[in-house]
Amino acid sequence: MIEVRNLHKAFGAVKAVDGVGFSARDGEITGLLGPNGAGKTTTLRMLYTLMKPDCGQVLVDGVDAATDPLSVRRALGVLPDARGLYKRLTARENIEYFARLHGLDEAMLWARHDALVDALEMRDILDRRTEGFSQGQRVKTAIARALIHDPRNVILDEPTNGLDVMATRGLRRFMQQLKAEGRCVLFSSHIMQEVAALCDRIVVIAHGRVVADATPDALRVQTGEANLEEAFVKVIGTDEGLAA
Amino acid sequence: MNAVITKNLRRSAAFTVFLKEVRENLRDRRTLLSAFFTGPLLGPLLFVMLVNVQINQQLDKADKPLHVPVIGAQYAPHLLDALEEGGIVPDAPVADPGTAVRKQDADVVLRIGAGYGKAWRQGEPVQVEMFYDSSRQDTSSAVERVQKLVEAYARQQGAMRLVARGLSPGTAWPVQVAKRDQATPQSRAALLFAILPYFFVITLFMGGMYLAIDLTAGERERQSLEPLFANPVARWKILFGKLAAICLFSLASLAITLLAFAVVGHLIPAEKLGMELDLGWRFAGIVLLLMLPLVLLLASLQTLVAAFAKSYREAQTYVSLLMMVPLIPSALLAFLPIKARAWMYAVPLLGQNLGIMRQLRGDGVGAAQLGLCLAGTLSAAAVAIGVTVQMYRSERLAISG
Repeated sequence: MIEVRNLHKAFGAVKAVDGVGFSARDGEITGLLGPNGAGKTTTLRMLYTLMKPDCGQVLVDGVDAATDPLSVRRALGVLPDARGLYKRLTARENIEYFARLHGLDEAMLWARHDALVDALEMRDILDRRTEGFSQGQRVKTAIARALIHDPRNVILDEPTNGLDVMATRGLRRFMQQLKAEGRCVLFSSHIMQEVAALCDRIVVIAHGRVVADATPDALRVQTGEANLEEAFVKVIGTDEGLAA
Repeated sequence: MNAVITKNLRRSAAFTVFLKEVRENLRDRRTLLSAFFTGPLLGPLLFVMLVNVQINQQLDKADKPLHVPVIGAQYAPHLLDALEEGGIVPDAPVADPGTAVRKQDADVVLRIGAGYGKAWRQGEPVQVEMFYDSSRQDTSSAVERVQKLVEAYARQQGAMRLVARGLSPGTAWPVQVAKRDQATPQSRAALLFAILPYFFVITLFMGGMYLAIDLTAGERERQSLEPLFANPVARWKILFGKLAAICLFSLASLAITLLAFAVVGHLIPAEKLGMELDLGWRFAGIVLLLMLPLVLLLASLQTLVAAFAKSYREAQTYVSLLMMVPLIPSALLAFLPIKARAWMYAVPLLGQNLGIMRQLRGDGVGAAQLGLCLAGTLSAAAVAIGVTVQMYRSERLAISG
């Protein structure tokens, strides 16, 4: 469970995030939709305590990120916008590194490792160095690395960015599986189709503010548009920076 | 007991970071080459070549016949005989001695005036002109040799004139200087080897340089710092793991250099110059001890500087500039006649420099000096690490995009 209340963050005179608040519940997939530059990544960065909000509050499973950032990070699995694999290490070594940073014991480490490797269908690339990996292989490795400690809450920043159709479908299946396991899944995207297909709840962000927070059906009713694409354009006020 | 320690270490996040950085960088050919090959071995090799050239030059000049153009040789046949006995080969006169010296056609030129013979026979003082360029250091031994030969000839002739007049030669030289040189073979060597400490510091610097850049600026450029910081590990622990990896590489670099110098020390024909050079185990041990806190200081300074840069290349530029800093104490000591005072040992770099030179001179480093050096540099390292920890806390550090 992730709760965000009235987040603000400014870089100089630019207000990147200007009063964002929403909740992402367990057993649901929550989509953070918005055009490029709307403040999605900055919001997520405050969630996983990489940045401190100017004001506002972040609660993960009821723990305040400002007072106990380590517990919050322990409760989160994060795929940042920057995938950042270590190219001189193999996929397995990349995953193992993060597992050890989480302090996992051997039994837990390899059990989780095997489960993730099967779920992500990446056994064939495990012992290759990540240098020269395709975009899809990179994302798989980064996700396995991020979820090795079995977190209740999963944050994925534009997970399908740059993936081909097959890889995207695989990733969507994986996200459904996370949801079925009862986890709280929060992911950002600027692709409407994806959000519509996956999400139980959609939070639309534009210009650093939440302009809509509803189920896809409710969003259609709210805007009076039968087509979700038209609904998005209506709440954002422009179609700039969105992809169908 | 050991198993418990191993287990705890294995669980410490800093150790995990350390292991991963070491493993990753052992796979990087450029880092390996610079830390374990070119960095530590180039120094000793260059050093041997330099010293050999210098020694051969000096030996050559002392023994070899020296060609000196002499103008007016016919006026002073006896002087010329004396010079030739001293290994000087009189060459054909040059038209303009000043130009010949300035254009480096000759190291030194002698000019004997036409009135030499007449004045000599009348027992009057005569003049021999010597043209040279004191800014050309390589000719100084030739100039000195010619001057000494002429003076010796003059003294000898003067003594004979006094004897011919029934006087003791001693009357003309009431005071004589008796030279008592206190230099030992080792201290003479120290003069020649004054750049040795600089080699050690540079090796230390180079050994950790690529790691320091890669582990901060490089990680940021490859965007891996953000996922790393998303782990439930305090940033200072991550930093400590990285610093430990940098320290290990620079220490390994230094160890290789010391080993190379110990081997190469035998190849330097220092005894030919009446010098003694001891680069053995004891020397290596003292250098290693003096350098230990400096390893920490340099590692955190490099990391700090690299953390300011936006990219790998920028970091490389900054860190290269930082490399100029260790030059300062070496240059100071080489060109300024500084008498070592106790407090100087507490100054990082300067202390190491003085300590190594003392050891090289064969004086040995005292416990007080050693303590001051270690404490001074360690304090500086603590401050540098503190500042770097602060830097690592900044929000800006993790953001690559």
